[in-house]
Amino acid sequence: MDVVQFDRVSKRYVLGQRLNAREALTAAAAAVFRPRRELGRELWSLRDVGFSVAEGEALGIVGRNGAGKSTILKILAGITAPTTGVSRTRGRVAALLEVGTGFHPELSGRENVYLNGAILGMSRRDITSRFDEIVDFSGVERFLDTPVKRYSSGMYLRLAFAVAAHLEPDVLVVDEILAVGDAEFQRKCIGRMQEAEQEGRTLVFVSHDLETLTKICPRSLWLEAGEIREAGATATIVRDYVVSGLLPTADGTAPLQSERVTVHAMRVVPEIEQASDALLRGDRLRIEVDFEVTEETPGLDLALVLTTAAGVRVFDELLSDTTLMRLPVGNYRAKLVVPPLLNVGDYTAGIWFGTQYEDFIDQPVVASFTVQGSVSYRSERLLVLSLPLVVQPLDAAS
Amino acid sequence: MPLPNASPPWKQNAAGAETRTAAWLTLWRSRDLITFFALRDLRVRYKQAALGVVWVLLQPIASVVIFTLVFGRLAKISSQGIPYPLFALLGMVVWTYFSTATVRGSEVLVNNSQLVTKVSFPRIAAPAAAMLPPLVDLVVSMVLVALLMVFYQVSPTWRLLATPLWIVVLVLAAFGMALWLSALNVRYRDVQHAVGPMMQIWLFASPVAYPSSLLSGWHEWLYALNPMTGVIELARWSVLNTPWPGWPLAVSLGTVAALLTGGLAYFRRAERSFADVI
Repeated sequence: MDVVQFDRVSKRYVLGQRLNAREALTAAAAAVFRPRRELGRELWSLRDVGFSVAEGEALGIVGRNGAGKSTILKILAGITAPTTGVSRTRGRVAALLEVGTGFHPELSGRENVYLNGAILGMSRRDITSRFDEIVDFSGVERFLDTPVKRYSSGMYLRLAFAVAAHLEPDVLVVDEILAVGDAEFQRKCIGRMQEAEQEGRTLVFVSHDLETLTKICPRSLWLEAGEIREAGATATIVRDYVVSGLLPTADGTAPLQSERVTVHAMRVVPEIEQASDALLRGDRLRIEVDFEVTEETPGLDLALVLTTAAGVRVFDELLSDTTLMRLPVGNYRAKLVVPPLLNVGDYTAGIWFGTQYEDFIDQPVVASFTVQGSVSYRSERLLVLSLPLVVQPLDAAS
Repeated sequence: MPLPNASPPWKQNAAGAETRTAAWLTLWRSRDLITFFALRDLRVRYKQAALGVVWVLLQPIASVVIFTLVFGRLAKISSQGIPYPLFALLGMVVWTYFSTATVRGSEVLVNNSQLVTKVSFPRIAAPAAAMLPPLVDLVVSMVLVALLMVFYQVSPTWRLLATPLWIVVLVLAAFGMALWLSALNVRYRDVQHAVGPMMQIWLFASPVAYPSSLLSGWHEWLYALNPMTGVIELARWSVLNTPWPGWPLAVSLGTVAALLTGGLAYFRRAERSFADVI
């Protein structure tokens, strides 16, 4: 039985329409003389999107930033209405689009649990009966009566997630929340979602973390520019999605852009220039990124990310891990030389820009490439390290 | 925990689909949320203000001192047989509730825009909750009114029992305003700048510093359209035994009803797009 149905849903946003009363009056007056004049640029965040989710099923959604993933979740949760089409849900829907919305810094942990629970739709009785569980899960019982403004960001996140995790809804809708928090927090979140799945709850999950997605959701949608590009088994979707990441941004595709940083191009090439650009197993690779810092940002940092086609992160190298470097406004080229470790297969390189507190660009899938080589290489291993394996005879006599 | 077997009905989200649940039912169902919103505001307000309650009293006291000097002493305005300071204080206390609740209510959605865009809670709970913390101020200020009554030896009668009645009308009037203004404020931020001056003019268009008996003829009609006319006169009748307000009260009540039904209808229609335009 379906519990979620998305029936040809479209959503239009009108951009740049921040009218004050005077502009609205002028526009209304103008409309009398020139009817049907558009006020702002339109953006179709979703176009004719249709899918359904059966009871107890877990559906994943992948797609680049701006593909419309969050819009789907907001419509599912009833936060915003579709422009055309219908979204239907059965039972109680709990949407976790952000951890800690509605927490008040001046209130104590205990007060915030009640407030946040009520905001998410729990009654006072529900919260009281699950209070111990929530506190247990969050692990902040010693600080329950301290204002949350004195919490560390980790404690804050754990408590906020704990409240949401104990909603016990029929349909749980989760946006990219794992991007925040430490490894332990993420493990707890994932564990809790798997539990929800086992309890027979329906799950709709958006993530850039393809590995987790594969673990939790058997079926996925791939969303591109507001439309469903592909739907099916997550393993297939993730693979196709990652391979499609072949986006040489130098080739006229829109650059990756944020208010502070613009990425102009990203390439993966053999370190030593060759006649062909084929990447061979055993060669060193060079990942290059041309970018521009457009606004002075203290603490600006970047990372290059390498992922396999199946979504397993091989490494991410952060600039500040090895050097301290300021990046004033200007153009730069970042280079990373990768020793011949990677086995034959498909990979993608991605990039992250941000500071300790904020992400500006987080795109793990920018350029994809294939490491070619002899098929005799055992393909099931990710890395070819050629570490010396030492074998010594154990002489029973000595 | 196992899920219940009975399948719940479909809930639809489509363009133009309005919430069907009656407003009072939505309010009743979100009573816990309203309480926690109100508690949050109260706690936050008093958490770091050492003088706390004193600030609540300062505003009406200051106004009453000025009114007494200007209207009572200089202009010698009639106060229906009640000592002028007491007459003005009760009017001011009632007015202060209306003004504070309306201003707070008008800001409440915009101040919680993060919540509006990320969580689907019943939107109406936000302006409803904003009506409650100023009630605490009202109760505290009524203690001051009682003290002044003892001082001037004005004794209450059975009419005091009507207090909950005028408080309900007062809250409904402010709620009606808050529904309109909070929803308008989401779309036009001008509202938040206009509310201050509007309340200032409204104060002098209400029988706070003078009795409505000063007006006559069609002026009186127009004056009665102001919902605060009826509410303040009713409060004075109930607490200070001034004459019964008569037909203008009915007109004021009609305005309150219109404000409230119109506000509810507008809020219901506008709330669908709050998350998109806020």
